[in-house]
Amino acid sequence: MEDANSTIDKAFNVKALVWVFLSGLLFGLGLTISGMINPAKVIGFLDVAGNWDPSLALVMASGLAVTVPGFHFILKQERPLFETKFFLPGKADVDPRLISGAALFGIGWGLAGLCPGPALAGITSLDSSVLSFVAAMLAGMLLHYFLLETRD
Amino acid sequence: MEYFTPVSAAIGGLLIGLAATLMLWTNGRITGISGIVSGVLIPSKTDTLWRVCFVAGLILGPLAYIAVSGQGPTIVTQASPLLSIVAGLAVGFGTRLGSGCTSGHGICGIARFSKRSFLATAVFMLTAIVTVYVTRHLVGGS
Repeated sequence: MEDANSTIDKAFNVKALVWVFLSGLLFGLGLTISGMINPAKVIGFLDVAGNWDPSLALVMASGLAVTVPGFHFILKQERPLFETKFFLPGKADVDPRLISGAALFGIGWGLAGLCPGPALAGITSLDSSVLSFVAAMLAGMLLHYFLLETRD
Repeated sequence: MEYFTPVSAAIGGLLIGLAATLMLWTNGRITGISGIVSGVLIPSKTDTLWRVCFVAGLILGPLAYIAVSGQGPTIVTQASPLLSIVAGLAVGFGTRLGSGCTSGHGICGIARFSKRSFLATAVFMLTAIVTVYVTRHLVGGS
């Protein structure tokens, strides 16, 4: 989680933080416009045996239409605009944790129609199911931290 | 496919992709919501502030939409608060164990052609589809 090379917080680079805020804002806007903030619409995609709604697949495809060429171009640069280096996940091997974690995540996603982004973006709706989901999701993350992550 | 909304899905997807691209370009980081949120929850010395900024933007995004369009997004939850708690626990624990969610693996990891992300995305799509099938067509019976 922590990287000694990280400078954005230490340097209090306001310009960089504003860009990060804007990307969060765009992300939340994209989830809202696409309808992915709505659990019923997400379930509509996952329910392949019902009235199938392919919208989620199109959201992913059009997101990837930007990130695939975008990431390709950016990762050819020496460094990002406001940091000393890129911070990319280091693990390359498939392990049982990856598979079991993804499987468990999918079960939760299917039960509620919510994944972390839309759940957080939806909290201002004050919907009781969204709020309970977010509280439990944070608890689940803490539980993982205390049970399985090494602390220094 | 009577509920299919191709235009808004395509525009929303482009914005999501643009957000992740901006993040990598300016800040050099992967836009993985579960990782960013857990980093806010468990603060570190060097990487808390930017995560807070991102989450603030994410939460304000829908409000910006309301301000511009004059109408709130539709949010229909079918899971009861109790079931939502079970689901939330699974999503919180599962995304940490599996190092990512729909955004980190699905939008960013696949864009980096990461083998782990391709596999994780296939697995969570599959278990989610099976879960919906079981709850809707086997147990729920709608």
